[in-house]
Amino acid sequence: MIELKQIVKRYKMGGEVIHALDRVDLTIADHEFVAIIGPSGSGKSTLMNIVGCLDYPDEGEYLLDGEDVSEFSPRQLAVIRNKKIGFIFQQFNLLGKLSAYENVELPLIYQNLPSQERKQRVTEALERVGLGDRMKHRPNQLSGGQQQRVAIARALSTHPQLLLADEPTGNLDSKSGRDILQILHELHDQGNTILLITHDNAISLEAQRRMSIRDGRISLVNGSHDVTKAHEPRPEGLDREESAS
Amino acid sequence: MKILQCLKMAMNAILANKMRSFLTMLGIIIGVLSVTVLVAIGQGTTANVTSRISSLGTNMITVRNTNPRVMQLTLNEIGALRGKSGVGEVSPVISSSLTLKAGINTYDTTVYGVTEGYDTIRNYALSTGRFITASDVENRSSVCVVGVEVADELFAQRDVIGETIRIDGRAYTIVGLFTEMGDSEGASLDSMVFIPFTIAQRTFRNTTISTFYASAVSSEDADVSLAEATLNDFMLAKTGDADYFRVTSQSQLLETMSSITNTLSLLLAGIAGISLLVGGIGIMNIMLVSVSERTREIGIRKAIGAQKLDIMLQFMIEAVSISLVGGLIGLGLGFFVVNVVSPLINVTMMMSSSVALLSVVFSVLVGVLFGCYPANVAASLLPIEALRYE
Repeated sequence: MIELKQIVKRYKMGGEVIHALDRVDLTIADHEFVAIIGPSGSGKSTLMNIVGCLDYPDEGEYLLDGEDVSEFSPRQLAVIRNKKIGFIFQQFNLLGKLSAYENVELPLIYQNLPSQERKQRVTEALERVGLGDRMKHRPNQLSGGQQQRVAIARALSTHPQLLLADEPTGNLDSKSGRDILQILHELHDQGNTILLITHDNAISLEAQRRMSIRDGRISLVNGSHDVTKAHEPRPEGLDREESAS
Repeated sequence: MKILQCLKMAMNAILANKMRSFLTMLGIIIGVLSVTVLVAIGQGTTANVTSRISSLGTNMITVRNTNPRVMQLTLNEIGALRGKSGVGEVSPVISSSLTLKAGINTYDTTVYGVTEGYDTIRNYALSTGRFITASDVENRSSVCVVGVEVADELFAQRDVIGETIRIDGRAYTIVGLFTEMGDSEGASLDSMVFIPFTIAQRTFRNTTISTFYASAVSSEDADVSLAEATLNDFMLAKTGDADYFRVTSQSQLLETMSSITNTLSLLLAGIAGISLLVGGIGIMNIMLVSVSERTREIGIRKAIGAQKLDIMLQFMIEAVSISLVGGLIGLGLGFFVVNVVSPLINVTMMMSSSVALLSVVFSVLVGVLFGCYPANVAASLLPIEALRYE
């Protein structure tokens, strides 16, 4: 359960104060699949940073599982990121010198899990995304879609409360993009909470609920909880995808 | 467990940039190598000097009568000092440069007139025969003790006990032969001849005792000081003026010499230490480059939950590993130079395990010291800033 209440984030640019987030309210229930669409500069990256506990809001409350994490120390936030949030980035953000296995293992190392349990979880996560046979490969030996799947496995390995996907298909061709969205749907079906952030309207249609963000203000686009419909993959939407490369 | 993982990460990072890591390490390698070798040279020199001085007898005390015209010392007075508090043996010395003859062979050297106990004072060792005895001195016996070079030159052999040599027209029987010393010292024992003091006074036509030697009962500082005090009192009573004589002990000389060589060692170690410091700055430099190159990596690590301490530890361990491995390689090369190269170039070097340990510890400290700042820079990066970095 995620609750953002009246979140404000300001930046100063050239002496002018910009409200990247202007009194944003957002609630995401457990097991929900929510999409936030917005063009670049709308504040969606800022929102993602705050939801992902990478940054602090200037005002407002952020309740994650009932705890106000906007009051947490950087140290505590690192623990939250480690245990409760799984990041899926547009750039994949894998460590190039580590194998797929080691990349997925990394958050578990920071959790100080014993190696036996790490091994089990890493194998499970990589098999979950269909890369059980690519564990020893380095990112540069994998295709973009495979790299993103490794990133998803890394996000999954910690069994997080929330999967935070920031333009997860933005750097992929449409086929790989479809695969990734398919995986996200499957994860959703298995009970994961997913927040998808994108500039692409078509991709946002994948979600159960769609919010739009513009000039730091958030609004509901589609409140429909038509789960069955939302679960349909929409390849025709992906075909129009503009890669943000 | 966590440390082990950090170690693995650090090793990966070091191996990922082998050439750069090696060049960084080179600074430390050269630093530790120069510390160990220069300190080994310093200690070797100290040991060399100390052993040379000790071989002359560390409990030896020299008494010089700087104004013999005012006051004459006699053999009996000096002999009476033997066994007084702290004093072991005493012996006056007079010497003269003379020509020795045996058959048709001649040899020019310095002949010394001494009493019994002089060999003990100076730590002389005999290979065969005996040294001059009290009765030799009392009876003015025509006996002599010679060095090996004298035997070689006059008799072309070393079995010379009982042979006769002529000094200034008088025949002397050889009663003792010194152990060969080699040419390590300037005035070598090998070329010396000793005769009883009393007969030397006649032969040299010189009764003035300007110098005599004494030994303390042991080389303990307390005994040497006691003996010095006894001799000082004796001379003061005789001359009535402290300016007329000088009492010096070998241990004083030893102290002076070792303080000089220690200063030398320290100077060498200091110079070498500077090179180690420069190596440390090299580490800091490369670590800072590495941190800025890996900003994005740091951002990713932080995003997925690395604590500040985790990042700090990762870069610290990297710096310390480089300096530790560099230190060990430097030490290994130092061992090689000290044990293999130094005998070839004929320089005495001595490597102590404490210096070896210290130089490695110091190189690790250098790693910690100069790794601290870059590690802190890395750990303090904000995750969003670091993730945005291209």
